[in-house]
Amino acid sequence: MPKITFIEHDGTVHTVEGEIGSTVMETALRNDVGGIVAECGGACTCATCVVHVDDAWSAIVGPPSAEEEDMLDFAFEVKPTSRLSCQIKVTQALDGLIVRTPAYQGR
Amino acid sequence: MSDTIKTDVLIIGAGPIGLFAVFELGLLDIKVHLVDILDKVGGQCAELYPEKPIYDIPAIPLITGHGLTDALMQQIKPFNPTFHLGEMVTTLEKIGDSQFRVSTDCGKVFEAKAVAIAAGGGSFQPKRPPIPGIEPYEDKSVHYAVRKMDAFRDKRLLIVGGGDSALDWTLNLQPIARRLTLVHRRDEFRGAPDSVNKMRALVASDSMDLRIGQVTLLEGSNGQLTAASIKGNDGTITRLEVDALLPFFGLTMKLGPVADWGLALEDELIPVDTSTFETAIPGLFAIGDINTYPGKLKLILSGFHEAALMAQKAYHYVYPEKRLVFQYTTSSTSLQKKLGVA
Repeated sequence: MPKITFIEHDGTVHTVEGEIGSTVMETALRNDVGGIVAECGGACTCATCVVHVDDAWSAIVGPPSAEEEDMLDFAFEVKPTSRLSCQIKVTQALDGLIVRTPAYQGR
Repeated sequence: MSDTIKTDVLIIGAGPIGLFAVFELGLLDIKVHLVDILDKVGGQCAELYPEKPIYDIPAIPLITGHGLTDALMQQIKPFNPTFHLGEMVTTLEKIGDSQFRVSTDCGKVFEAKAVAIAAGGGSFQPKRPPIPGIEPYEDKSVHYAVRKMDAFRDKRLLIVGGGDSALDWTLNLQPIARRLTLVHRRDEFRGAPDSVNKMRALVASDSMDLRIGQVTLLEGSNGQLTAASIKGNDGTITRLEVDALLPFFGLTMKLGPVADWGLALEDELIPVDTSTFETAIPGLFAIGDINTYPGKLKLILSGFHEAALMAQKAYHYVYPEKRLVFQYTTSSTSLQKKLGVA
């Protein structure tokens, strides 16, 4: 199974196994990674599951959809590599993915 | 203060579970008032997923949040509930047997024989941007909502956001502001195209300013802003003199005043008895996502069940002298009369 590394804003590192077909957001919640709220449960409607994708992985993960880009307007400190983790599906190609979770998701 | 509003049951929260509770209570001749902090009914279904599909409502293979809300409003129409929207319940106290006093942030006071908390994930409140030191300015010169437009007359305003709230207030306040600057993280807007076009025309005619970037620093004293710094996407910092900041980053759910009502919460949820969905306080119920019990699933269908059982118990507080006979809508003429179909 692909391994995903989450780095929290305080430096805490979690390297966990992602289930193919689930999302990066679900992987974070299942493994008690801090900094992900996911208020809407993965519907791309709340912008509280923002992650900053590591620069080396940004091109592989790809850009947000137009709908996701719109939702990022409701997030804070958005960077060009920011994504909503509920919209990143775990695939074998993401084995080794590194993402950072923010200090604050709006609540 | 207005006169006290008397009702049989007060429901806190007009999401799908609060709405369906009106139906179950209505079949038992129980009159209901509902209070919701949003300016519309439907709760999360209206605010978070109006256009998103829901696949797990029994016997309805597919419905949107908006569709479910509309269907529930149609279903409860015969019972004519009274809605108090855009208000947050702030205090709740038991003032006697089968008697609660509840007040809202708009000064309304209710007296009810029973209260059902159907507040979902809590109250929807504006997201606060993580600008260092913003707290002392909040409600003085940083506002998350516009209550009186005139308060912004002749002021230098900074509005932040790219959605309809940011654009609508930009268009509404631009004519009366001394100068208005809209800040957004990108040069694209998710708001209504017509509003975007109007905003762009105002920028083109130098009637307002548009800056792409994020607000990073606030200056001022005693709650009064004097300036704000905006970091552009290229890293350049621009300092603007401003009198007020209006950030519009959408809403988030916060538990809110429920925490102060004397209930022993577990993880911000209200424990209930699963035979009645009553809390530890007799006559005070909690249904839907806000409650917890062994095996709880946060599903709309679970909340519907909880509303039905709550109504059975609430009946005894509203009509203590009467015996409740269970009836089916399919066969009971008296229930069908209440529904206006017999």
